[in-house]
Amino acid sequence: MVRAMTCIMCPMGCDLTVKTGADAGAEKILVTGNTCPKGKEYAVQEMTDPQRNIATSVLVKGGELPLVSVRLDHMIPKNRIFDVMAEIRKQSLEAPVFAGQVVIENVLGLGANVIVTKHVRKA
Amino acid sequence: MRQTDVVIIGGGPAGLAAAVRLWEKGIRDILILEREHFLGGILRQCIHDGFGLTRFGETLSGPEYAQRFIDEVLEKQIPYITDTTVIQISEDKVVTASSCDGLLEVQAKTVILTMGCRERTRGAISIPGQRPAGVYTAGVAQSYINLQNKMVGKEVVILGSGDIGMIMARRMTLEGAHVQAVFEVQPYASGLPRNIEQCLHDYGIPLYLSHTVTEIKGTGRLEAVVVSQVDDHMQPIPGTEKEYACDTLILSVGLIPENELSLGAGVVLDERSKGAVVDENHQTSVPGIFAAGNVLQVHDLVDFVSMEAESLADSACRYLQEGSLPECPLAVVTDGNVTHTIPQKISGTEDFRLSLRVRKPVKKCTIRLSQNGQVVLEKKMPKAIPAEMIQIPVKAEKLSQTGDLEVSVLW
Repeated sequence: MVRAMTCIMCPMGCDLTVKTGADAGAEKILVTGNTCPKGKEYAVQEMTDPQRNIATSVLVKGGELPLVSVRLDHMIPKNRIFDVMAEIRKQSLEAPVFAGQVVIENVLGLGANVIVTKHVRKA
Repeated sequence: MRQTDVVIIGGGPAGLAAAVRLWEKGIRDILILEREHFLGGILRQCIHDGFGLTRFGETLSGPEYAQRFIDEVLEKQIPYITDTTVIQISEDKVVTASSCDGLLEVQAKTVILTMGCRERTRGAISIPGQRPAGVYTAGVAQSYINLQNKMVGKEVVILGSGDIGMIMARRMTLEGAHVQAVFEVQPYASGLPRNIEQCLHDYGIPLYLSHTVTEIKGTGRLEAVVVSQVDDHMQPIPGTEKEYACDTLILSVGLIPENELSLGAGVVLDERSKGAVVDENHQTSVPGIFAAGNVLQVHDLVDFVSMEAESLADSACRYLQEGSLPECPLAVVTDGNVTHTIPQKISGTEDFRLSLRVRKPVKKCTIRLSQNGQVVLEKKMPKAIPAEMIQIPVKAEKLSQTGDLEVSVLW
């Protein structure tokens, strides 16, 4: 099988060609078009277990803003994005909150923490 | 009147980076003026990650990227005033601002323009039809969702494939909205390929090229948009109209450097970049007034905004110490395949970094710099796209001190 994909590891967005099965020859997964090792890693990951990061917000009570931005400190399987969104939506925090603060440890056992990415001080 | 060495207009990524670098070079008499309540500029609402790979070697969200610079400003105690809107800059560098304490007037030795850019609106692209609620620019929707906790709609159509539009397609999908499609009038996407992949493909959102919105319908709230295919001249093709029922239309149709203040100061603008004409020192046509970041040219990466502002700060520091900067009599001229360059003027005696964009996507091309018919430098590229700014460091030893620098794209 031959699949074309765009690398998302950096803004260059290399056009990758990924060959598997008989097309890959001796290799299990043959990647071309990458300009750095991250491209190959990404393509192999994408073919076996695609992973993504997500960013969203959590409600803050008594803060100078009604929300604080959060993200994951590690990527999670792509097909768990909406499950993780649902978990994050249940949360709320009390001001003040600070960037780096952990909102959910090891969310859904996926090995990633949900962390705050902005300071929100008390109103 | 208050006197300062440097007034920086705007506390976003460019202004903050310039301030920190100036301080590191020994300039202490600095004042940052920011019109919003917080420092950080547009990054405060760009909560997605992917920032900082070039500048810091790791991937950060927008607020985290901004905080790195804000922390430096606070630690170094660089003076700043928020909730303060600059209303005028004069040619002799008197900056007038409206602040919480009333009118503020500062006589600066140098003024640094880092006001950023603004979005093109429905009016700018003249979409016909009714004028219901529910039509937002992507950045406005981003501010509502990420800063104000207000969801903008449920059934969404996006016009324009700019990066912010695609990032908002993903963001709204995560928040439970249904994004039907992204339509782009050009035959190629205007945002970065990685955003097409991770914001559209990941969520099954189709991107239709050579399509545009030709009518907006709805009395109170938006009810539907009509989308048409366009021909090679970007004119709608009759008979191709298709109606999409939706309550929200997001526009991601381009950014314009915000230069009203610059014009008031007598700064000459470039028709092509919509920002100031600058030399290799980022100095505008008015000596002592400098520009960097999105007010100078719209960037695709904040890392390059910071680096441009840091390079500006080096020159502004030299201007303060020496009273003037070397003449830059040589023009940078381009062929029709280049949209614009920064800088537009050079001395021929100093190293500089050339930024440019190609007008349309090309594969396997060569960017050639030449002077007096002699090749100065060639950069071969596997592909070049308008969405991606190209940066080329140029060494003074390769340059002649006579003859304009010609930039061409060959394939």
